[in-house]
Amino acid sequence: MSRLIATRRLVSNIFVPRLATRAFCTDAPAKLNDVPSGSHFNKEPEGDERFMNDVPQHDIAIVGGGMVGMALACSLASMPLTKHLSIAIIDSNPALSNGPLIKKDDPPDPRVSTVTPATISLFKDIGAWEHVEQHRHAYFDKMQVWDYTGFGYTKYNARDADKDVLGCVVENKVLHKSLLSCLQNKDFNSTIYPTRLSSLSLPTRSVSSAGGSVSSTSSKNLANLAKLDLSDGTNLYAKLVVGADGSKSRVRELAGIKTTGWNYSQSAVICTVEHPTENFCAWQRFLPAGPIALLPIGDNFSNIVWTMSPKDASNHKIMNEVDFVKAVNHALDSGYGPRPESRVFGGDVLSSFFRPDVTSSVHERFEPPPKVVRLVSDRMAFPLSLMHANQYASKRMVLIGDAAHTVHPLAGQGVNMGYGDVSSLSNVIADGVAVGSDIGEVTLLKKYEAERKTANIAMMAVLDGFQKAYSVDFGPINILRAAAFNGANVFAPLKRNIISYASGERRLPFLS
Amino acid sequence: MFRRMFSRSLYRLQNLSGSRGLSLHNQSISSDYAGLAAFQPLLHNRPYATTPPPAAFASSLNQTELAKFAAIADSWWDAEGPFKPLHVMNPTRLAFLRSTLCRHFGKDPFSPRPFEGLKFVDVGCGGGILSEPLARMGASVTGIDALEKNIKIARLHADLDPVASSIEYRCTTAESLVEEQMAFDAVIALEVIEHVADPAEFCKSLSSLTVSNGATVISTINRSMRAYATAIVAAEYILHWLPKGTHQWSSFLTPEELVLILQRASISVKEMAGFVYDPLTGQWSLTDDIGVNFIAFGIKTANNSSV
Repeated sequence: MSRLIATRRLVSNIFVPRLATRAFCTDAPAKLNDVPSGSHFNKEPEGDERFMNDVPQHDIAIVGGGMVGMALACSLASMPLTKHLSIAIIDSNPALSNGPLIKKDDPPDPRVSTVTPATISLFKDIGAWEHVEQHRHAYFDKMQVWDYTGFGYTKYNARDADKDVLGCVVENKVLHKSLLSCLQNKDFNSTIYPTRLSSLSLPTRSVSSAGGSVSSTSSKNLANLAKLDLSDGTNLYAKLVVGADGSKSRVRELAGIKTTGWNYSQSAVICTVEHPTENFCAWQRFLPAGPIALLPIGDNFSNIVWTMSPKDASNHKIMNEVDFVKAVNHALDSGYGPRPESRVFGGDVLSSFFRPDVTSSVHERFEPPPKVVRLVSDRMAFPLSLMHANQYASKRMVLIGDAAHTVHPLAGQGVNMGYGDVSSLSNVIADGVAVGSDIGEVTLLKKYEAERKTANIAMMAVLDGFQKAYSVDFGPINILRAAAFNGANVFAPLKRNIISYASGERRLPFLS
Repeated sequence: MFRRMFSRSLYRLQNLSGSRGLSLHNQSISSDYAGLAAFQPLLHNRPYATTPPPAAFASSLNQTELAKFAAIADSWWDAEGPFKPLHVMNPTRLAFLRSTLCRHFGKDPFSPRPFEGLKFVDVGCGGGILSEPLARMGASVTGIDALEKNIKIARLHADLDPVASSIEYRCTTAESLVEEQMAFDAVIALEVIEHVADPAEFCKSLSSLTVSNGATVISTINRSMRAYATAIVAAEYILHWLPKGTHQWSSFLTPEELVLILQRASISVKEMAGFVYDPLTGQWSLTDDIGVNFIAFGIKTANNSSV
């Protein structure tokens, strides 16, 4: 009889974590602590919390529940080897607990991401892409890049790289919301702490000294973990702290990791505009002060990312809408210089010289971009900078996304680099779990660092090189640049390389 | 002459004549176990019989080996310390263990704790660098080492992680566990056999600890010129990965020798793999090339009566 009761109790306890997991964003951690059974069974049954007093312990604490942080949580939740991990997400953004409703009729938000096919396949793997597809998104299969001098242009076509699409433009809030819905649909042990990180202590003492000085097993165990103090006064312990808290990362600062970087004396103005017909092409024109890009975002809307001097940026932010639309059209098409003529350099001769079987899009003519008729969102301006953390990983701490690297939005690679980090880190953690590693172990985390640092630095060098090449307005260089454009346009293998690199499928540029 | 050639206690390079492997092979052909037995008395010093009753066992210890490790035991768990190569190599050997043992015991390779319900012994556990991951993978692990100091370090470190704290660490030897009639589903002795005085006797003990149809896994370094160049010259003298004198080339076994002595101990080797280091990525991976570092997975065929 008593045995029967014990069995039944066990069963009911096992259901507790299910409830806690399901409750997900409403269930404040403090509440969990008040209910002993809940906090006990909220975790792996082998009992990380056996030694726990009232301080919650998690396997991984993700600081920053933005797009990249949420993508990591989803990615961990979707892999068989990592879905048992207990995750804390620390972010004061209220959108995490009560996600904003995204209305289909609203004009698109100016904060968008150009996601590459590699990012799309990550989203498909974790089951978030189906949520993205329920909202506004725009695939594009063409990209036209040209130069205000009128000397050169390049058209990239998905066909050149045997792909269906070159990428997809999605509003950041849609990506974020999709990841959130995806995580809520999973049976996954995650807790959201709606607050901020105020301090962080990472274990530094050696094993012997930690063991020698502390007597009780529980405090020894805790001394080996990372301790996070949150601004609402709660503390928590984690085996691994992930800094996904953006370019001004608090985790990076508290871990004492130095960065290398510089500011460009440039700002980007972003906004959403409307044009008469739907757009399926990404357009980018290089102007003396920097590039202007027009990215399709679905229906008759496009997103503008326009790089200019900070002074011009503040002017463009406040000028009246009619003037702004005029200035956009001027920058995209009518102003600065002539439209490039198709095949200025006698492309047929060049192309037959380089390659007998010319790709089809070489013959595609230069097309003028759509004419913008209306501004439909606020204009935002932000300074451009490049920053790279000297280290991505140390004991029990790892940086991902903008916390590790920030780039200017040229080619829209910033967030894709972050998703690349997510996919690499979650695989490294899964590999670690497979072989029984401590997931905060530095040798394990250095694998992630080695993999991503190379890829990110290469991408940053390319983007920085682009920026530098276009920040000089000097006759001969303009001609070289135009020649490079034409070269890229007619020389198919190079073009394929550029496409596959820009679409995130290759780690290093131009190496086959 | 014969005795000198087979002496593992005299770690002299000049003793390393190629005929050593050959003669062992010859014995195997003639199945002349007496031949092996002939040099057994010479190899009586078992490093695994160890400390607790020092007076009685002192003579049977391989003192040089013991002192060497006591000096560096402190830094076992420093991933950047002298055991860095072991830390770097560890995931690769665990990957081999995971795949072979999951297959053998019919466990789900996608489970984070596939070894739940299995009893493993980690022979020569050192600071517990292998025992802890095995415990995290669900096994109930006993870690044994001849050095009290290693066991202390292993215990201290395991207590830092509640999962690892379930490991039972004992300062003892495989031979003593045999006397206690202990049995395990898997007996694992990685990078140990090259430090023992009598590999054949050692393998017999491992076999006695393995349940029938259980698994025995051994990894070591090949006695090849390439291994001499990489494991000793490069790793100890050029790269300083390992303290000088960590390994003695003469005490290495070739894969053929290992298979042979395991076979004599009723363990049939089912799978063997090599480890290769990629200097570009700084990572180890599994390979078919068993020319330098190799690992062998065997199954205890029946009871140990054949020897």
